[in-house]
Amino acid sequence: MFFPWCPLELPLTKCWGEKMRHTLAVLVENKPGVLARVAGLFSRRGYNIDSLTVGVTDNEYISRMTIVVEGDEHVLEQVTKQLNKLIDVIKVSDLKPVETVERELALIKVKAEPENRSEIMLIVDIFRARIVDVSPKSMIIEVTGDEDKINALTNLLRQFGIKEMVRTGKVAMIRGPKIVEKKK
Amino acid sequence: MIILKEIELITGTEAIIRSLEKEGVKTIFGIPGGAVLPLYDELYDSDIQQILTKHEQAAAHAADGYARATGKVGVCIATSGPGATNLVTGIANAYMDSSSIVALTGQVPRNMIGNDAFQEADITGITIPITKHNYLVKTAEEIPRIIKEAFYIASTGRKGPVLIDLPKDVTTEMLEYNPPKKVELPGYKPTIRGHPKQIHRASELIATAERPVIFAGGGVISSGAHNEVVTLAELIPAPVVMTLMGLGTIPANHPLTLGMIGMHGTKYANYAVTECDLLISIGVRFDDRATGKLESFAPNAKIIHIDIDPAEIGKNVRVDVPIVGDAKVVLKDLIKLVKSKARKEWEDKIQRWKREYKLTYEKSTSTLKPQYIIEKTSEIAPDAVITTEVGQNQMWVAQYFKFKYPRQLITSGGLGTMGFGFPAAIGAKVGVPDKTVIDFAGDGSFLMNIQELATAVDFEIGVKVFILNNQFLGMVRQWQELFFNKRYSNVCLRCKGMEFARIAEAFGGTGFEVTKPSEVEETIKEALKIDDGPVVVDFKIAREENVFPMVPAGAAINEMLG
Repeated sequence: MFFPWCPLELPLTKCWGEKMRHTLAVLVENKPGVLARVAGLFSRRGYNIDSLTVGVTDNEYISRMTIVVEGDEHVLEQVTKQLNKLIDVIKVSDLKPVETVERELALIKVKAEPENRSEIMLIVDIFRARIVDVSPKSMIIEVTGDEDKINALTNLLRQFGIKEMVRTGKVAMIRGPKIVEKKK
Repeated sequence: MIILKEIELITGTEAIIRSLEKEGVKTIFGIPGGAVLPLYDELYDSDIQQILTKHEQAAAHAADGYARATGKVGVCIATSGPGATNLVTGIANAYMDSSSIVALTGQVPRNMIGNDAFQEADITGITIPITKHNYLVKTAEEIPRIIKEAFYIASTGRKGPVLIDLPKDVTTEMLEYNPPKKVELPGYKPTIRGHPKQIHRASELIATAERPVIFAGGGVISSGAHNEVVTLAELIPAPVVMTLMGLGTIPANHPLTLGMIGMHGTKYANYAVTECDLLISIGVRFDDRATGKLESFAPNAKIIHIDIDPAEIGKNVRVDVPIVGDAKVVLKDLIKLVKSKARKEWEDKIQRWKREYKLTYEKSTSTLKPQYIIEKTSEIAPDAVITTEVGQNQMWVAQYFKFKYPRQLITSGGLGTMGFGFPAAIGAKVGVPDKTVIDFAGDGSFLMNIQELATAVDFEIGVKVFILNNQFLGMVRQWQELFFNKRYSNVCLRCKGMEFARIAEAFGGTGFEVTKPSEVEETIKEALKIDDGPVVVDFKIAREENVFPMVPAGAAINEMLG
């Protein structure tokens, strides 16, 4: 039974439960058009992508996408199955948050008047972030970490004035020796 | 001593033809144009039969009809831009009904791609959602591998269309011809064998069921599992209901058949599904036209779902025992575990329903009833391959033609494409030339690909078109009658009358017109005698005849009108 928690007398829609954010690791063939196929699938079937990152793996013929998708169990099941139907998709894994290292990188350009500099540097230090560019009136701060950490840092920097910001979206990897294998 | 290996260089087009021949392609349907000129030049010397359709949409439908009639892969060709976009409806149609076609399209030369060149369209981008897979060929070297992969993908697993886009300069490029020995697709491994544990669980459910029903769909036809379904039905024993795409699974005269379920299904099929306690679903996707209101669909039943596509399982309905695998292979394993058990009460109830709610219509000696025409055809040509258009004609055929074997009915189930039936009949007739092929058309649908009369005449393809002509978009009119207070908005087609028989004659075919029931039998027999070109029979049917029974949209399938 696919929805064992759902009593028979209830319509299925009542049992699809809470919306959750899931992080999917998707191994795909490194071919042109793969991103369009994957992204198109999400919009076509009405699934929401929170973030999507893609890069090549140690095998140059295989790329790895990290997709954060919001939905209940039923949506996640369909997303996974539909992704698997794409010929270029080699493997789809749902990464459980507790077993996963998740990281994101952000570059934040803040207004840095001389009187604020030392305070900004102190905050950067606390967050183990780095200043990668300085000009008389601004700084670029590079930070990596999970989403909460980056949100916390941006909230603190907001008082000085954030001029521009860019985030990579999440990448994730299973802790321990287990890996997202190539075999489907 | 140096031994030089002899290298054979050939053009891209030659590689295409050789690869197609290796896949066993005997016939292609298509239209030439600028970007496929080199390919058509190569075809000029080839043994592959080329059917020049008059519109690319018809080429795709003909390839689809060919594929469904033969079980082989159908191939169509179109040029870049408008040629390719004209294929789109045909490809979408094949996708929705899981039909194996390979579409080859021309593309502008590589250095012009993306520049909005003359007759450029991003056909791979356009067809991503409606193909199982598609390719833009970047170098001639890739041609043998891509064609091999395309045929493999189209014809295995859940079947479907594959498109290959060929830039013009790729087809003229030279390559060393090294066809791959086997297909290597790390991301594509269809599951064929069902999980033994799940099959065992299914057999346990069957053993304890008191009111089992088998629900067979297009996947049964596609897998060739019809004999296994009948064996299982007789073994349990359980009645069989079919979706539109599943018709032909079990012969219409078999005591266990309940015919089609759904919106225009038989009452007894819909009642049986509503009351059953076990629904053994095989190769179905629980489409809304079959299930009606989902909450009331088989409300008391445990559901076994056998399908080759894992994404279909749990998509629309809750499944108790999912079995991913090829229907035929799974059923062979399942049959070994199933034991017979008499279920007298259920059998009696089904038989009573079958007597009580027989499909019926008001017979007439003065006006032509479409149901009568179909029944007569079914008597006179019981083995004919039948294609249909979409709408009332399609539903009447599904109800009243007595289908005997799989692949006998070729119809646009998922997409519901008006204009499909006639070109599909042409494709089917080319694929199975010894069979009688009849397209049951509506006047509205037939007008959507009527130009293919020229193709049937040119290539002496003996298809029959029986038009159930009510001079209406009949199904739309029926809905307007029932749900829109008879406000017949935009449904009257040439209310002043149109002479289809004379149109057929003008194209070089044969035409008949029938207005009286007494002429039906004789005219059908007359039409069936002609096999060297198209025959159009214009049956002037009762204009406001409705398809009943009918489940209104959104209602439960046991809440039927008529």
